[in-house]
Amino acid sequence: MSHSNDTLMLANVSRRGLLKGMAGASALVLAARWDAGFANEQAQFGAGAMPGGWVDNPNVFIRIDSDGIVTFINNRAEMGQGIRTSLAMVAADELGADWDQVQVEQAPADQEKYGNQNTDGSRSMRHWYQPIRRAGAAARQMLEQAAANQWGVPASEIRTGVHKVVHVPSGRELSFGELAGAARELEVPGRNALTLKQDSELRFIGKESGWVNGELTSAYPRALDGEDIVTGRAVFGADVELDGMLYAVVARPPVYGAGITSVDDSAALEVPGVEKVIRIDTADQPAAFNPLGGVAVVATNTWAAMEGRKALKVQWDLSPAGDNASYTSESYRAALEETAQSPGKVIRQSGDVEAALSNAANVVEATYYMPHMAQAPMEPPVAVVRVQNGKAEAWAPVQNPGATRGGIAGILGIDAENVTVHQTLLGGGFGRKSKPDFVSEAARLAKEFEGRPVKLQWSREDDVQHAYFHAVSVDHLKAGLDDQGKATGWLHRTLSPSIASLFAPDPEHKGEFELGMGFNTMPFSIPSIRLENPPASAHVRIGWFRSVYNLPHAWAIQSFAHEMAVAAGRDHRDYVLELLGPGRKVHNLTVGDGWNYGEDPDLYPIDTARMRRVIERATEEAGWGRELPDGRGLGLAFHQSFASYTAIVFEVEVDDSGELTIHRADIAFDCGPQANPERIRSQMEGACVMGIGIALKSEVTFENGVATQSNFHDYLLPRMPDAPKVVRVHLIDNPGDAMGGVGEPGLPPVAPALCNAIHAATGKRIRRLPVADQLTS
Amino acid sequence: MASLTINGRQYELDVPDTMPLLWVIRDVVGMKGTKFGCGMAQCGACTVHIDGVATRSCVTPVSAVSGEVKTIEAMADDALGKRVQQAWLDLGVAQCGYCQGGQIMNATGLLKNNPSPSSQEIIDAMAGNLCRCGTYNRILAAVERVVSEEASS
Repeated sequence: MSHSNDTLMLANVSRRGLLKGMAGASALVLAARWDAGFANEQAQFGAGAMPGGWVDNPNVFIRIDSDGIVTFINNRAEMGQGIRTSLAMVAADELGADWDQVQVEQAPADQEKYGNQNTDGSRSMRHWYQPIRRAGAAARQMLEQAAANQWGVPASEIRTGVHKVVHVPSGRELSFGELAGAARELEVPGRNALTLKQDSELRFIGKESGWVNGELTSAYPRALDGEDIVTGRAVFGADVELDGMLYAVVARPPVYGAGITSVDDSAALEVPGVEKVIRIDTADQPAAFNPLGGVAVVATNTWAAMEGRKALKVQWDLSPAGDNASYTSESYRAALEETAQSPGKVIRQSGDVEAALSNAANVVEATYYMPHMAQAPMEPPVAVVRVQNGKAEAWAPVQNPGATRGGIAGILGIDAENVTVHQTLLGGGFGRKSKPDFVSEAARLAKEFEGRPVKLQWSREDDVQHAYFHAVSVDHLKAGLDDQGKATGWLHRTLSPSIASLFAPDPEHKGEFELGMGFNTMPFSIPSIRLENPPASAHVRIGWFRSVYNLPHAWAIQSFAHEMAVAAGRDHRDYVLELLGPGRKVHNLTVGDGWNYGEDPDLYPIDTARMRRVIERATEEAGWGRELPDGRGLGLAFHQSFASYTAIVFEVEVDDSGELTIHRADIAFDCGPQANPERIRSQMEGACVMGIGIALKSEVTFENGVATQSNFHDYLLPRMPDAPKVVRVHLIDNPGDAMGGVGEPGLPPVAPALCNAIHAATGKRIRRLPVADQLTS
Repeated sequence: MASLTINGRQYELDVPDTMPLLWVIRDVVGMKGTKFGCGMAQCGACTVHIDGVATRSCVTPVSAVSGEVKTIEAMADDALGKRVQQAWLDLGVAQCGYCQGGQIMNATGLLKNNPSPSSQEIIDAMAGNLCRCGTYNRILAAVERVVSEEASS
């Protein structure tokens, strides 16, 4: 959070009657929002450079009804990070609410009222924590004032207990519900009169609970959606059902940008239940968030639509796809590796790398590859849209309701004010659902059925083959070491198509927001450094995947640092601590990073002392340096991303047949202040497993523009036997720094740590992901 | 015409013989706890019980169903299923939750047939259920918790 609280505006919107329909007559509704300065600051620190929007203007609403129910109105997408519970918990704690009387209500898409609702970049808690606490404190003080007025006593004699206000001298009590109506008639306390709770007064914020490294500690307060999830009642996008609903699937062009030559739908229309076949125009390239086009089959149930699609005979026209139709990922990899041999656009430079390399006693050189991947949330893209009387209403699992609303309006040719978007729970997101192409697709079909809702369901094959793919990457590194093994020069060339290729003519170079994800922010203190970005062009839809370009950058840099340590004959931990040098705070602009996750570098510097601390903690907890049996090894990697710091040590075993067992993972994580440690741990545990999949299994390849894999039998994800036998998360107690992200920073160091551990166990170096059968062949 | 018993209730349904049980449950009967994840028995999100045996409903044609079907919606009324659900809550297993109905159905199916599986038996039995959020360590711990509670009760 980079903005001064001095410009936080709190309003009693129930009193002013601003929120029609949002509250009953006796409810207190408080709103908190920053003035435009907050957004301007974020833009100034790089947030404006990100396509799709990043700049936040968090608007927070808390409602207290006369029956005592406290409702937190949540404007962030819930996709498994637990944000509905965690944000509500912050509000409840500061307010003093009984957790059993707290509920959460999901805000509809409305940027004007709720601010930017795009949930990505690991920033929900980081940007919402302070306004929520202040709104909670204001509401509590208004309840106290209402009680003081009623009793005719000074407010100084009033204390708030759990869900009640107490007059300390007399012991009299009034519940929140009894006070809500009177509190709504009061002025909001001025910002200088707000009193936030002391840490010792908090019940939830920063408190450990639940499952901690294999032990059940004190009970977790209550996951607000937990009961619904385990009983099957939780409503995801796929679970929306409306009267008269139709069901659709779409046959999409196999190659990005291809069109249709001809369609024979006679057999499809014979399938019982099929009502209509509709052609959807291929989107102009770049497709941004527009539907890919193709042929839709609309039926009375999902199965009939799928059977109808199977019966379609479509001739695809590859000519508009251009050279996408000759894209083959294996030859593209070779081409990128070739390009990586030549200098590219210089991103950062200090000293004289050529001289350092030519004078080096030892030159280490390596090239790393990370393939395309599909996000593959367990709930494939799905949306329900109804179009009626020039208005549209949508129900969908989307990370970005604002872009969803705009997309629907665009494809229907209506104003966004005439579009309502209801955000359901997301059955996973991982960046896939920040692109609302599938909701626009549903709207395009619903337009043909005035008044009837249409549910568009993507199959898993659709999801794997038509993802917004994680970009392939080649990273080429070269380091000069002196005769003591000390690094004197560092050359890194990074090559990947850019996400900007989705929105504009392909820039063929990574943008600021991509390079700033761990490339030009490389933290090592080496006399001569040159970082280059040679060109790479996109041939498929490229898009955000959890942690984004931090994945290839961390994979390459952290693997290569290990290779340097091995070449120097040094212990890996000692060597990277030496590469980092003494703890120092680096301003992002001094390393050519104009992005910094949109944060003020004075509050969010690149802090190598924090890197050192997570490395030291993870290695200590893992018993770094201990004797291990043959075939076992420890591997380390660390990375800073989304304003947080992670280090991981894996202990692995590889047997004679090449079978890998992951015995243990020790993860040290520093996100500064922790709002909900229980969910921070779960994010770290989950990122560890997802990262193991990235390291070992997951790859989408292309032949002539067509994705080779199609479902979970060949697009492989980690399963329970792949998980470490033990995962331990070590949270760094660091309330003094500014709050960082949680959802993504756990992922980038996983693959390099695992591959470094494999090297320690076997001597085998992995430079190409996934590992797949490289240990057995 | 298909005749089905789902969660104790009898249904006579006019659906094609080949329609997978998953879509009958979701689109025709209208119960949404059983999820679509892959359509080819690769992820387990669609797991139901047929006569107590965990079964992938996405590849089970409705005409092949002869036993009693139970879905996640019925587990709160099943003594063992209820304990499994509680273990999931106690350990905070779920992240997004989409796969967890299937995970609970699969775990409950395992425990109905083998009340005291070893850790390795649990891992083997759960290997067919994908969780993209990566909650496997807590799933394993939750199943082990039910096993140890059963043993001590």
